Amino acid sequence: MTADATRQTLADHIEHEAIALNVEATTSEAIIRLLADRLARLGHVRPSFAEAVLAREAQMPTGLPMERDANVAVPHTDPEHVIRPGIAIATLARPVDFANMESPDEHLPVGIVFMLALNDKDRQIEMLQQIMETIQDDDLVDALLAARTNDQMLALLGRGGSKAGE
Amino acid sequence: MSLQKTVLFACGTGIATSTLVSHAVVEAMKERGIKIDARQCKTTEVRSMLTGVDLVISTTQLPTDLGVPAITTLAFLTGRGKPETLDKIEATLRA
Repeated sequence: MTADATRQTLADHIEHEAIALNVEATTSEAIIRLLADRLARLGHVRPSFAEAVLAREAQMPTGLPMERDANVAVPHTDPEHVIRPGIAIATLARPVDFANMESPDEHLPVGIVFMLALNDKDRQIEMLQQIMETIQDDDLVDALLAARTNDQMLALLGRGGSKAGE
Repeated sequence: MSLQKTVLFACGTGIATSTLVSHAVVEAMKERGIKIDARQCKTTEVRSMLTGVDLVISTTQLPTDLGVPAITTLAFLTGRGKPETLDKIEATLRA
């Protein structure tokens, strides 16, 4: 596949205010509430979104086992709580436990959280693919975890995953 | 001649991770000579969507007594174990 210079990157879907770096949280609930609040204030989601994500996380968790010390979680919920699509992202000062999506009894230490506000499966496929490309690139995840400013984070996400080309 | 199979893709919301998995599997199976009719639903709706389905692929836990082959995998999200999972999907569809 050849890289397309005009290809949108994750940075195009993430506002400055939707980034929280080096967050001191000790529970998945705290980090979910923080990111849901950011998305609500930016007008991406309804006030019901946070509770809906927490309920969904308890039933069907979103931790992804990346075989790293700091794994990834992608909390999200049903489209009726979403106004317009978007992403909020947090890095954690210390890993916080999320349950494993495919094996909910298993807990994973998570260091980076992508909260997804999705309302149309066909339109948001590219955004989802970019998130997965990003988290599959171990060097990029290391760099995201080390980012200390929102601009650094957006610059890294603008570069895209390893498959996005130069 | 290419084989045609119906696969039901499931995840918690029926729109997020199952969309990614569906795209990845349909594309990969096309290269392996299997045309997939892809359907999609929430994990909680799987039981009512099984008519005509050859295989269920989910990112979350499924009931064990569905009566059709089922695979739960995160390989298309994490990138870990993707070739092996595709082999398993192909073998199941050709069985």
